[in-house]
Amino acid sequence: MNPTPVIALGALLPALIVLGAAALVLLLDVLPPRQSKTHLGGVALAGIVGALLAVVSRWGTETRAFRDMVLLDNYALYFDLVICYAAALIVMLSMDYLGRTGSESGEYYSLVLFASAGMMLMASAGDLIVVFLALELMSLSLYVLAGLFKTRLTSGEASLKYFLLGAFASSFLLYGIALIYGATGSTNLDRIAVAAATRNVEPMVLIGLGMLLVGFGFKISSVPFHMWAPDVYEGAPTTITAFIATGSKAAAFAAMIRVLVVALRGAQPDWSALLWALAALTMTVGNVVALAQSNLKRMLAYSSIAHVGYMLMGLVGGGPQGAGAILFYLLAYTFTTIGAFGAIGLCARSGEDAVEVGDFSGLARRHPLLAATLAVFLLSLVGIPPLAGFVSKFYLFGSAVRAGYVWLTVIAVLNSAVAAYYYLRVIVYMYMREPDGEPVSVAPSLAGGLALTLAIIGIVVLGLMPAPFADLAQAAVAPLLR
Amino acid sequence: MTLGLLSAVTFLPTVGAILLVLVPRRFADVHRVGALVITLLTLAVSLPLWFGFDGDSADMQFEEFARWLPTLGVGYHVGIDGISLLLVLLTTFLTPIALASAWHAIEDRTKEFVITMLLLETGMLGVFVSLDLFLFFVFWEAMLIPMYLIIGVWGGANRIYAAVKFVLYTMAGSALMLVAILSLYYQHGAATGTYTFDLMTLTRWVMPPGTAQSLMFLAFALAFAIKVPLFPFHTWLPDAHVEAPTAGSVILAGVLLKMGTYGFLRFCLPLFPDASVEYAPLVFALAVIGIVYGAWVSTVQPDLKKLVAYSSVSHLGFVMLGLFTLTQQGVVGGVIQMINHGLSTGALFLMVGMIYERRHTRLIAQFGGLWKVIPAFSALFLVVTLSSVGLPGLNGFVGEFLVLLGAFQVSFLLAALAATGVIFAAVYLLWMYQRVAFGEVTHEENLHLRDLSPREWVLLVPVLVFIVWIGVAPSVFTDKTEATISALLAQVQSKASVALLR
Repeated sequence: MNPTPVIALGALLPALIVLGAAALVLLLDVLPPRQSKTHLGGVALAGIVGALLAVVSRWGTETRAFRDMVLLDNYALYFDLVICYAAALIVMLSMDYLGRTGSESGEYYSLVLFASAGMMLMASAGDLIVVFLALELMSLSLYVLAGLFKTRLTSGEASLKYFLLGAFASSFLLYGIALIYGATGSTNLDRIAVAAATRNVEPMVLIGLGMLLVGFGFKISSVPFHMWAPDVYEGAPTTITAFIATGSKAAAFAAMIRVLVVALRGAQPDWSALLWALAALTMTVGNVVALAQSNLKRMLAYSSIAHVGYMLMGLVGGGPQGAGAILFYLLAYTFTTIGAFGAIGLCARSGEDAVEVGDFSGLARRHPLLAATLAVFLLSLVGIPPLAGFVSKFYLFGSAVRAGYVWLTVIAVLNSAVAAYYYLRVIVYMYMREPDGEPVSVAPSLAGGLALTLAIIGIVVLGLMPAPFADLAQAAVAPLLR
Repeated sequence: MTLGLLSAVTFLPTVGAILLVLVPRRFADVHRVGALVITLLTLAVSLPLWFGFDGDSADMQFEEFARWLPTLGVGYHVGIDGISLLLVLLTTFLTPIALASAWHAIEDRTKEFVITMLLLETGMLGVFVSLDLFLFFVFWEAMLIPMYLIIGVWGGANRIYAAVKFVLYTMAGSALMLVAILSLYYQHGAATGTYTFDLMTLTRWVMPPGTAQSLMFLAFALAFAIKVPLFPFHTWLPDAHVEAPTAGSVILAGVLLKMGTYGFLRFCLPLFPDASVEYAPLVFALAVIGIVYGAWVSTVQPDLKKLVAYSSVSHLGFVMLGLFTLTQQGVVGGVIQMINHGLSTGALFLMVGMIYERRHTRLIAQFGGLWKVIPAFSALFLVVTLSSVGLPGLNGFVGEFLVLLGAFQVSFLLAALAATGVIFAAVYLLWMYQRVAFGEVTHEENLHLRDLSPREWVLLVPVLVFIVWIGVAPSVFTDKTEATISALLAQVQSKASVALLR
């Protein structure tokens, strides 16, 4: 008879808090007051803050549960931190955005929370089945959120495209899991590692891992699996775009790094050439295509593809430095990208979202504070010191040079120089051109302003005093490398 | 760590900028006066550097160190030697002048303008005092953005093109420098076991010659060559100068270009001595081409500002020639020539800006006979022009003479070619001056020009004092820098010869 499994719910604590808040939001949604839903945002925020506190209290401990299917180690906790920050900023930015676009609803907040829980579980997954389940929890919530604007064609297109291509990627992932299970007899990462180390690496494992890479490649939108990103980013509500660009990317990276590092610990097949090409291609395609975009959301979509290319450099370099650099980069990138999308989300023109670069002409004259805020986020994306974007690139490029990939770094820095052109073009429009046509109106939003302030503080602190956070990222990758 | 004098000088403008952010934008005069007071205060605080500096010592002085990113070996390490001392003072001297020159010229968004100028000053000073490669790179990149905004927001008609071109050129150059910095860091770490970005530690290490050193040298050199600008990387300069507002041009010509030449001296020579010696002929060739080409192109410019911009290409060619002779005279001449160019060209841009404010044109053909209308302006303009020509008794002569003296020790041909640059400088500058100031007044509008206002006198006189002072008593200035330069040259030569012996 099998022994009764130990139920260690502590390993799920942060995710459980978020899920509990999501259920509470759904429940409160049907109770009065029915007209305004802002208070539900407050409940969601409280849940996220609760999860953050749980994360902080658990830091430094390691809990395994459900026969090692769920691990709450520093690595997972670090990603929980990033995801909670992202979710909190998104909820704050959404409160007034939803009201302005007339799509306020309770299920919005609960779906954001469900997606966050899925992301957090992805970071905790010690088993491929959990990876898949968590990925689906996250993805299904995001598919719905992308189609939030039921009356807008682009929103529907975004939702459907995201769903179809996402389902395709999920099936790749599942097929990969099946092949690995067939070859090693387990879906548990540790046992796969043991099985892969004891015998020669079978082609089936390699094919399976390749398929996993395709699935993850889709979620992080690396070239050539990036095609969905621009359309989805453009059509989805701006706040959800920000969430897809940061939270879901962080979660996919979390699972991908854990699978690659832990499951392949013994086998060590040489991925570096493949990842090298993937990184170089992703950053170059992302940046070059971004040059041609006039829609800011599309531009940021391609820019986020380029940033994925930079992050893949950390995987090419490998080792604790490379992984730590990716983790640090993700934290900096989350603050910066949410800030940029958030600032754009505050702007409207003729009742529509202002997303064309021309809409931002002369913004600095009418709304100097918002223009300066957006400019700071863009400069951080360029990688101008002393902002977070610079230091995180520095760590990442440093890890690649350390591993001997100097030419990949050369490609990356040249890409950063190219990228400066399209980021700075927005600053050109805001500062160096005069307003034309109907002026852009900025929705006053207390919660949104607060979120942007937090994001600015985040990137300045990360930029000026990166040492403690980089140490945190290094401590987070330590559990993977034992 | 206690706050040292250098940190105070470097960050005083930033503190001022933060204070001015709090002042509402409708008080434009508060912003103007406030910024001027802050820059003057910075100048005052920087003066003790000059008096406290021991010119007989080649060591770094006024050093400060604090840990910043200990795991990476990054520290906040600042200090000055005889070379950076002069450049720091040039910066604190020119910034208030540039700000005051914009008193009436910049009416639009004054608050943003003065804040940008103050941040720019911190960036420039930071570049000159940094003794840590990471810190240096932070200032080097951060300083780009204020200059970008100054050109792009307050510039002329074609300002956006010029601003974007300026930024992209510089960023592309510095991108490769970042890779070289990282490579150097890991090479040094692997060889010695100490992973650090500290410049003093890195320069003590003798890097083995070879491809790695050459590539790193080239990566650094590209970043600096674009900034200098060395021919053929100069094409951003005329655009940036012509479109920038006067204050921007003064800072650009006076200080920013010096960062390139300073970079060669501070980083390329001591870090990569073998590669520096190896590539010196290439730098010579480009410098001489720049000298002659800049002079020829200046001759035919119809626009005053463009003429001065191309003359910068020529003058900076002299600086580069001097530095890479690796002789005492040549390098001292190059350093003095950096200061001279900052003063003379800064003053030229100021005066072109003054005449532009009156006539709203910079075309030489639109002037003529100004001496009769505005004699004081014309007289001062003559002195500044002659200083740029290199007339003995004024500052330009000292620098060019020393550079040529150094160049003749290296190659007669090069020096002879470079010397033609001096002659052509006389041709284009004096011919320009003749068309602007002499002859009959050919344009009705020029008959009623105002002569120099008291504010403009106050701007120009300090610069002229130094133009004459360096011309008559250059040793006052060279004495501060001689020891540093001979130590630097000794270091380069010993490292290069150690490498040869292997």
